[in-house]
Amino acid sequence: MNKNILDIFKNSLLVLILSLCIFVPITGFVLDDYEIILNLKPAITLPIICFLSYILFSFLKIYFHKFYNKLAHRRQLLETENKKHLQNSKNHKLRNFILSLIFILFLIMPFVIQKYWLTVMILALIYVLLGLGLNIVVGYAGLLDLGFVAFYAVGAYGYALGSQYLGLTFWEALPFCALLAALFGAILGFPVLKMHGDYLAIVTLGFGEIIRLVLNNWASFTHGPNGVKAMRPDLFNLEFSRYAKHGGVPFHEYFNIPYSSSYKYIFIYLVLLAVVTFMIFFVNKLKNMPLGRAWEALREDEIAARSLGIYHVTTKLSAFSMGAFFGGLGGVFFAAYQGFINPSSFTFLESALILAIVVLGGLGSILGVIISAFIFTLLPEILRDFSSYRILILGIIMVLMMIVRPRGLITIKRPIY
Amino acid sequence: MELHIFVQQLLNGIILGSIYGLIAIGYSMVYGIIGMINFAHGDIYMISTYLTAIFIAIFSILLKAIGLDINFLILFFTLIFTVFITAVYGYSIEKVAYKPLRGAARLSLLISAIGMSLILQNYVQISQGADNKTAPNLIDGIIKFNLDSNPLHFVQISQVQLLIIIISFITMFVLYNLVHKTSIGRMMRATAEDRIMANILGINSNKTISFVFIVGATAAAIAGFLVSINYGSFDFYIGFVTGIKAFTAAVLGGIGSLPGAMLGGLILGLAESLFSGFINTDYKDVFAFALLILILIFKPTGLLGKPEVEKV
Repeated sequence: MNKNILDIFKNSLLVLILSLCIFVPITGFVLDDYEIILNLKPAITLPIICFLSYILFSFLKIYFHKFYNKLAHRRQLLETENKKHLQNSKNHKLRNFILSLIFILFLIMPFVIQKYWLTVMILALIYVLLGLGLNIVVGYAGLLDLGFVAFYAVGAYGYALGSQYLGLTFWEALPFCALLAALFGAILGFPVLKMHGDYLAIVTLGFGEIIRLVLNNWASFTHGPNGVKAMRPDLFNLEFSRYAKHGGVPFHEYFNIPYSSSYKYIFIYLVLLAVVTFMIFFVNKLKNMPLGRAWEALREDEIAARSLGIYHVTTKLSAFSMGAFFGGLGGVFFAAYQGFINPSSFTFLESALILAIVVLGGLGSILGVIISAFIFTLLPEILRDFSSYRILILGIIMVLMMIVRPRGLITIKRPIY
Repeated sequence: MELHIFVQQLLNGIILGSIYGLIAIGYSMVYGIIGMINFAHGDIYMISTYLTAIFIAIFSILLKAIGLDINFLILFFTLIFTVFITAVYGYSIEKVAYKPLRGAARLSLLISAIGMSLILQNYVQISQGADNKTAPNLIDGIIKFNLDSNPLHFVQISQVQLLIIIISFITMFVLYNLVHKTSIGRMMRATAEDRIMANILGINSNKTISFVFIVGATAAAIAGFLVSINYGSFDFYIGFVTGIKAFTAAVLGGIGSLPGAMLGGLILGLAESLFSGFINTDYKDVFAFALLILILIFKPTGLLGKPEVEKV
């Protein structure tokens, strides 16, 4: 025991020295032109926090070691019991009731909440869509895609530029841009068929950056960093603006109700909700269809799967284009909701955010992805004061999750066939 | 295309390429030993540019106080301290984000590395501010030489740029000898070859891996120092693009191989500077990324790398 305590103190001193080296220069001296401004208070407090928390955690670890073991043992017992239960009971009725209750809640929501929270909800649903798409690629097919934002950008720009050059309306753009994104997914998928793991990740990252850079630099077509205006959506030629611009009738005049700017958002929200609900059902079914199982088989062992007759080319391409399809849909909604897009919305950070959503939720788990998409969009709105720490928290979550729970919040149980 | 412009672009390419080469060493060595892309490596480089500017400011005050404010001394102390602190960063990042994941899936390691990269970027952004930072130019002086009789057709290289080429080649030489001639280098190569076997033979693979991270961070710190005193302007986001390009260089040369990283860096630097000089500046990053994709598709083992055999 004494040796352990000595070790802890030795290590904690090391932690103190290292964290002093890390925090003092960068936090303690703030550059201002060629001068520096001293800011030593946080630079000293941070290492001390590291030091103390290291000691605390190591002692906790020692004293709870036995307790931990007991807990792990009990958990194992519980899990085996649960498995038995799962096979026996089917609580479908209760589950369906809860699901429909949640759906109705979401359906009523836009008419109750404020416009600001409505826009936040739209954004959250867009991220649910993106998360579901990336979940197909990363979670089911096991292909780490770091350039997912490219398909999002294709969808958004497809709608904005399509309405500008080709006169596409929202309803035409929705399938068209999603298919366009799916095509891009297939184009990207082709060259990377042979790759796996890290190289695949880097190639997709490069692809995503190329799309963004082209959007940024091809000013004569995309208007470069100035961005493009996206057309407002319409419902059977009924426009959601105060005055009709595209030869239709404004929505509020047709129904003889007073004008409100939130009609547009309510409309987008409801369409988005319908699409998301449909997609959730679709993905849920897909998981158990031959295609979904082929993805999982390829993910687990490519050589074995191929030797059993799974054709890897179409299987992988379908994963890529299916994921990209979701990305494109999300992009169209994003452009319609923002009314204006520019390349700065499609940086690598966005890809990392979507990946974080999928990872936090649990690779392959639909419910997990939905929950974490809401966490990641609602939390920054609630914690407005900490908005500058948003990315820091994102990064910490990614690292911690990988160490503590690499399978995500909701670990999927392997279905037994 | 005129000769002096071409030669000038070649020179710029070599300078850029030696920087890429130095950063690529870190990617290459880490990939060689634990088979992961250290996504945070570009941000370690970014931190070292900040550290350089901070230490230049600190040491010019300190040395002025004792009446020794010679630019050479300031730069010398700055280099030493920057390298030391950056090495601490490299060591700690490995301990915090990668060591607990030893033996985990590659995907988990990469995601953890991306998280670490975001943490470093945001940490610097919060503590130093989001705006562009500057470092003073302590070495001035430009060497010009003419290629023909026309006095306007000159090629120029500043003393700092000359320093970049010299220091990066010395660093590469030292690192090459470290890996191939010393016992710690042999331990590194053994661990890279087969970690379990190396453990059995009495090599502490954890310490060796830590050492690799320290060496990689050192090379990145030297690159950051050189960039900081040459260009004098940086922000918290430079690590991302430069990191990807350096990774391209590492893959181009053959990942896991040290001479490959240097060679890849030089080729990428030359290609990029010739592309931006003669074709298009706006698309030079697109060019680098496209090059990366093409290499990974057609020659994933790179120029000097060993082919990887897929095992069942």
